[in-house]
This record gives sequence, C-alpha cells and structure tokens, in this order.
Amino acid sequence: YIRLYPKRQRSEAENKDVPLSLSEELQKQVLHNESSVLSSVFPGFHLIPRLSSIVPESCLLITVGLLVGGLIKLAGEKVPPVLDSKLFFLCLLPPIILDAGYFLPIRPFMENLGTILMFAVVGTLWNAFFVGGLLYAVCQMQSAPSDLLNLELLPCLLFGSVVSAVDPVAVLAVFEEIHINELLHILVFGESLLNDAVTVVLYHLFDEYSSVGTVTVVDAVLGVLCFLVVAVGGVLVGAIYGILAAFTSRFTSHTRVIEPLFVFVYSYMAYLSAEMFHLSGIMALIACGAVMRPYVEANISHKSHTTIKYFLKMWSSVSETLIFIFLGVATVDGDHSWNWTFVTVTVILCLVARIIGVVGLTFIINKFRIVKLTTKDQFIIAYGGLRGAIAFSLGYLLDNDRYPMRRMFLTAIITVVFFTVFVQGMTIKPLVELLAVKKKQEAKRSINEEIHTQFLDHLLTGIEDICGHYGHHHWKDKLNRFNKKYIKKCLIAGERSREPQLIAFYHKMEMKQAIELVESGGGVKLPPSVPSTVSMQNIQPKKPPPVERALPQIPKGREDEIRKILRGNLQKTRQRLRSYNRHTLVADPFEDGWSDLLLKKSKMIELEKKMNNYLTVPAAPPDSPTITRARLSSDPQTYQMKQMSDSVPTIQVDLASPQSPDSLSLLDELQRADQRRELRRRPPPDEEEGGLMMRPPQARGGDQGEEGGPSAKEQRLQRCLSDPGPSAEDDEDEPFLS
Amino acid sequence: MGALNSLPDEPQYVGLAEKTGFSFEQIGILHKRFKQLSNNGETLRREDFNTIPDLLCNPIRSEIIEAFFDRRNFRQTDAVGTVHEIGFGEFLLVMSHFRPPSIRLDDEQKEVIRTEKLRFLFNMHDTDNDGTITLEEYRHVVEELLSRSGALGKETAKGIADAAMLEVASISMGHMEPDEFYEGITFEHFNKLLKEFEVESRMNIRFMNMDTTTLCK
Repeated sequence: YIRLYPKRQRSEAENKDVPLSLSEELQKQVLHNESSVLSSVFPGFHLIPRLSSIVPESCLLITVGLLVGGLIKLAGEKVPPVLDSKLFFLCLLPPIILDAGYFLPIRPFMENLGTILMFAVVGTLWNAFFVGGLLYAVCQMQSAPSDLLNLELLPCLLFGSVVSAVDPVAVLAVFEEIHINELLHILVFGESLLNDAVTVVLYHLFDEYSSVGTVTVVDAVLGVLCFLVVAVGGVLVGAIYGILAAFTSRFTSHTRVIEPLFVFVYSYMAYLSAEMFHLSGIMALIACGAVMRPYVEANISHKSHTTIKYFLKMWSSVSETLIFIFLGVATVDGDHSWNWTFVTVTVILCLVARIIGVVGLTFIINKFRIVKLTTKDQFIIAYGGLRGAIAFSLGYLLDNDRYPMRRMFLTAIITVVFFTVFVQGMTIKPLVELLAVKKKQEAKRSINEEIHTQFLDHLLTGIEDICGHYGHHHWKDKLNRFNKKYIKKCLIAGERSREPQLIAFYHKMEMKQAIELVESGGGVKLPPSVPSTVSMQNIQPKKPPPVERALPQIPKGREDEIRKILRGNLQKTRQRLRSYNRHTLVADPFEDGWSDLLLKKSKMIELEKKMNNYLTVPAAPPDSPTITRARLSSDPQTYQMKQMSDSVPTIQVDLASPQSPDSLSLLDELQRADQRRELRRRPPPDEEEGGLMMRPPQARGGDQGEEGGPSAKEQRLQRCLSDPGPSAEDDEDEPFLS
Repeated sequence: MGALNSLPDEPQYVGLAEKTGFSFEQIGILHKRFKQLSNNGETLRREDFNTIPDLLCNPIRSEIIEAFFDRRNFRQTDAVGTVHEIGFGEFLLVMSHFRPPSIRLDDEQKEVIRTEKLRFLFNMHDTDNDGTITLEEYRHVVEELLSRSGALGKETAKGIADAAMLEVASISMGHMEPDEFYEGITFEHFNKLLKEFEVESRMNIRFMNMDTTTLCK
C-alpha cells in the first residue's frame, strides 16, 4: 500500500548515496542521537510556565525542529531524511492513534457518531474538491510564462485531498491544552480520526487516475465502493483483533507480567494487517483499541492496567514530540519551490473551504440532532481543523516523475501546516476564553450521576418501548443485553463477567479513594474534594428509642474535645475504606482480584452478624469517631489500641485472622461483662464494614466491676487517641508505600 | 403516511397541542399507539402495559408504569396520589416530559423545562409522596437498578445507596453536627445534585420519525 511501499523512484535516488564514507555514517548517527536527546529534553518546556500557557507545545516543538535543522545545515552536513515516510507511518503514528483509540470515550463518541461521520466523510470530500478545483481554476487563470499553467486537474485534486484532511496529531496536541467541553472535543477529534479512510481512498484514486488521464462515471462509482470497503474493512479488521486480544486476556491470570504485551502486539498487528490489505490502518487501530478495552480491563490485573496506561502515554508523547521536531527539520532541509500565488491561494482556500463546509453541514445536521450545534460551536469546529504531519508525509510520498510540481506541493503543504498549527493553534485558546465556550467539567464523576445515568438510560428505553418506537435507546439497550448475555461470558474471566456496570464503577471509586487515603498519610490531610463534616451518622435513621443520649459517661467537655480533633478527619471516605485494612492492603488485593475481596467482605458481614447476636446493645456513643478514626488510619492507632487491650476489655476484631478463636473468646468474655452494659447499636452500614470494629470501652453503668477502673483506662485511651502523632504515621506508611 | 392526512379528532388536538407542546402529527401517532395499547378503549390501565414485551426486561419497569398513573405528573398543581386509569390526555401529558426543548428558548424557559424534567425524576424516586427521597427510597432505586444482576445484590446495593446519600448530604448540607439527622433529599437538593447532569439535553425522546410499521406489535 502507499504508505508502506515507497515508490521505486525514491529508492533509485537513494542508491546514488549508497557509498557513504565511515565518517559520514558516524555523523549521521550523531545527528540522530542528538535529535533524540534534544527531543527528550524538550518536555522541559513545562518548566517555563508562562511560555507554555501562551504557545502550545506543538509550536514550540516545531521551532525546536527548525533550530536543530538550521544548526545541522550551518554545520554543513547533509540532513538525513528523518521524516522518512516509512518511519512515520510505521513507528511514529501508531502509538498516538492507539493511545487515542484505547482511551476513546465511547459514550459521547457513539452518541455523536452521525455528526462525526458527516463531518469526516462529507466534510473532507467537500474540502478536497473545493480546494483542488478552485486551485486548478486559479492556475488556469495565470498568464502564459507561469509554471502553474501546466498543472492539470487531477494533480490539483490530489493535492486538495492531501491538504484537506484534519490531522489527529495536531488536533490532539492543541486541544489537550484548551480543555474544551466534551462534545466539541469529541466532534473535532472524532472527525480527525475517521477522515483517514476518506483521505486514503481519495489519495489512491487520484494517484491512479492521474496516470490513466481520464475519469469516467464508472470510476467514480467504483471510488465510492472502494471507500466503503476501506472504511468498513478497516473497522472489521480492528474489531477482530480486538476480540482476539480480549479473548487472550481471559487466560492470562497466570502470566500477569506479559499482559500489556498482548494489548500492544495485537493492536500493532491490526494496524499492519489493515495497511497490508490497503485498508484504513488508523480505523483498524481505533476499532481494536475501543473494542478490546472493556473486556481487557475486566480481566487484567491492576498493575498491568497501569503499565498499559503509562506506556501508551509515554509512547504517544515521544512520538508526538518527534513528529513535530522532524517536521521542523524537514522544513529547513527540504528543497522548496516557493510560488507566491499557489501558496497563498492554498492557505486562503483551505480556510474558506473549512468554514463553508462546517456551516453548511451543521445546517443539515442540526435537523437531526436533539442538542443542536450553536454558532459558537461551529466556529470552534471550523477553527479547530488543523493540518499536520500526515499531510506532509503523504505529500512526501508523491512520485517525482509523475508530479513535477511536487516540490511546490510540499512547500504549500508545509505552509498550510505551519499556518494552522502556529496561527490557529496559538489563538484558539484566547478565542475560547473570549467566546466563553463551555469548558470541560472539572468535577469528578460522582456516584449519584452514575446512578442517574443508568436510571435515565432505562427510563428512556422504557418510554421508547411504550411509544412503540425503535429508537436510539432501544437498540443501545438491545446491544447491552446481547453484550451481557453472550459476549461478556466469553471474553471476561470468572466472576467479573456478571458484574453490572454500576457496581464496577462503585468499586473503582472505592479503590481510588482508598489509594488516595493511604497515600495522604492515613487521613491526616483532608482530601479537598467535598469539605464537609457530614458523616454516615447523619444520614442513618435513628432507632426509635434514642437511648444513646441518656447514657454519656464521658464528660461533655472531653467528648467535644475528641470530636473536634477527630471531626476533621472523618470524611465520607470512611465508609469507602471499610473493606480494607492494613493486612489486605499489604497482601495486594489488586492481584487477588475482586472475587476474593468480595468473599472476605461477605465473611466479615457474617462475623458481624454473629457479634450482633451476642451483643444486645445499641451502637457506640458520640466518641465513636475515635474508634472509626482508629479503623481508618492505616496504622498507629490500631497498634496502640492493641497495647491497651489487655487492661481494657474491648471488642476487637483483628482481621488478620477473622475467624480466629481468639476474637470469639473475647466476645464470650464480654458477653458476661455486658449484661447491663448498653452500647448504642451501630448504624446499619457499619454492619457491612469489614474494618476493625472496635467497640469502645464505654463504662456505662457504674457497676461494671470487671472493667477495673475504666475511667483511668479510658482516659489513657482517649489521650493516646487524641494525639495521633503524625510522625508515627509516616513511619508506618513507608513500608507499605515503598 | 396517508393516515395523517385525515385526523378525525383534530379539534380536540388543538387543546392538547397547546397544553403539551406536541405537534398534530405527533399527537396523531401517539393516539394511535394509545389505542393500540388500550385495545381501542378510552382509558389505559396498568395491566395494559404488560402487553409490551420489551418493557418486561426493564429493571425499573414498575417505576415507569407508576409514573404514568401518578397525579403529580399531570401538571395539576398540588395533586397527589395515584389513579387507576388514565385517558389519552394524561398519557400525552406524561409523554410531554420527554419532548426535546426547542432551540429558540431563552435561558429562563430552559430553566423551567429543566425543572420540569427533574421534577418528573424526583417524583419517580419519591414513592410515598412526602416531598423527600429518604434513604429507604433511594436504596430501593439502587436495588432495582441492580436487580437484574442478582449475584451481588442487597448488601452492595445498600452500600452504593448509602454512599450516594452521603454525597448528597455533603453537597447540600456542608456542615452537620454528628447528632443531626439528614431527613432526605428535597427537591432543591436534588436540583443542586444534578446541576451538572444536563437533564434538559439528555432526557429526551425523538418523537419525529416514528413510523406506523413499528407500532404494529
């Protein structure tokens, strides 16, 4: 295919350079190394904050490339053709596309698929023909001595198709930094991904036709057919490889270390296979990533997931950097043929075509959309149509014989790329601010929103069914059910295949909160998410006899003191952590999988039930924050509590050994001691909480003889609990975190 | 669609069109569907909804059906309680909650529509009509959503509902004494909670292109 098999023409030119002397070889190597070192240094731009807020990173990188190229030229060396199209399409482009495809937000993408396809297909076609056609017309209007008169229609159209495709790399680079709202982001980005099929087909077609010379209607129809095959074929190839990858990941529970490898290998193979059959490699890669992700993520270990995520980000970052730098180098080096008319007309036509295309298409699209696109949206979409390295590489691949104007084309392409990246890229951020375009939501996805999203889905599906209308939601629901019934069973290992989405989301959130809490040093620092003092107690309905308030034995002042100190640390994350204690964390629950965790949880619940049977007591009084604080923090409180335990009869469930006879014997002891004691019954959620359930040593009645001077012990207890001793905590944290 | 050329009940439709905002075409189609569901009767009962096979797989089926019979959704001020059967007018009123907002609305009108839709959702959750969604009611909602998964069931549902409730309380109340009790989610809290949810653009059905072939089931 075009991208993989450069024409013979170029290799002949390279043959002349074959006998390189040793010193030249060395110089070549040094240059390569220099450019890679330079490129790895340049993410250091982030250290200059003001600079990177004004100028997008892509511009800076191109500038660096220009400098490097200039330096090399000054040194009198011949710049190696670093932006070799083969290198570009085989090595530099796939990581970026895979990163985009794997992390593609499926829901907004699917919801807007119609719009995206319209822009990608019809928009690109319009751009190509408009630019190509008008350029030809302008060329014909030139006076006699001009070169441009020799330019025929088909090469113009070819040029138009190359220069009109919105580039995913450039769009990603610029849009990452402006944090625009999800809808616009997915529209422009989706368009840049899907227009690959169109570009491929047009390029191929015009290339072939320009050698034939004439085009008939049959050819045009065949062209359309070709497009369908390329696009759909690419997606199918990607989907097949995605399913294969998902299926493979089902069996990798014993070889966790190489799980990320499967993801990368299958994706790359999808890309190569598609390119080999002259299908759209980019679409294959996107389809592969998007299809395999839900299943793979359910199967692989947490560590593999992290590995995949960071490797993808790393590779795509490096690729992007290299692409822009090499673009700069190639600009300095390339042999240009500057033609004022051609270049300026190209740039103007590109802009005009884009604007007209977007406005016209939106007019049609809005008739079919529920959420219409406003003028502001249209402007951003039009303005966000950046060209990039793909256009350049495609131009580079053109055959020099057949296209004598190749150098002029390249110059024009580079000018357009520079214009869009520099001018549009730099000004889009201030324009977004100026127009007050809606930005990306900063808020974390809350569990309420997730519940309501699901609820709304079912509701709308139900209403559609009542209307008898087979709409959007109906088919989505059918697909989901099919997915759940058949596909998930095949592709996801074990218990996870039956886990509904809401629970999966909830668990993910729990995990995240748990990790955050541990990393923040056991709760000493308050997570800033929702600064409130509302806790589980506040929402639990009180039991009818409010016995608890009648029994406070701790002096009120002490209560308040403790409460004040510990209130700040009691956050909603408390009940997130209930299934974790130090031991399960150390044993790395991520590796054991959810089923184990859930088993443990259910065991804990059973144990609780047993305990509740022994104790006919209401739950803890106001200073239960003390205890829960102990339960929360990874460590020191618990150990300190243990020291006290021999003198103070506490109900201590040490989860290191949930069913150990020791804990149960303690219970027996307490059962005898507790005839008159009344501890307030814990609010219901605590029943499920598997954390260390420490019942406080509340000396309720005066005649708890066995407790032996409860007040003294209590005070010691409370004193030690009210002094958390941050340094101790940090020490405790180290071994786990390292 | 030739059937639309002759709408026998057109004079009645004018009143309905004004109240609900549907076009005559849409009302005609929905009337057809109503007749189908009610077996050409004048009123619709709960059992009539059982004839829709796809609805049986829906986890929140009972809530949806209840919503049709809930007086609070009939746009009569201060009506509470449920009815046993509904006429076409009420059917249309309930359906109108799912109409997409016109693009030409100003912010105030958009706010009104948004409040309406949120109110509908609220009413679906608040089954005992007391104006707040208590923890029990919310738990019920989550249980229903998870009801088709069976396996993990009640405990997890409880946990999720509790977490969600805690979140609402944190967002709405901010600061609470440990012995204060959060009664339940009132409509203002509900509004605040789902501020970012964009209900007005998500809670919509396309009533435009319904064709009669699919209606014949």
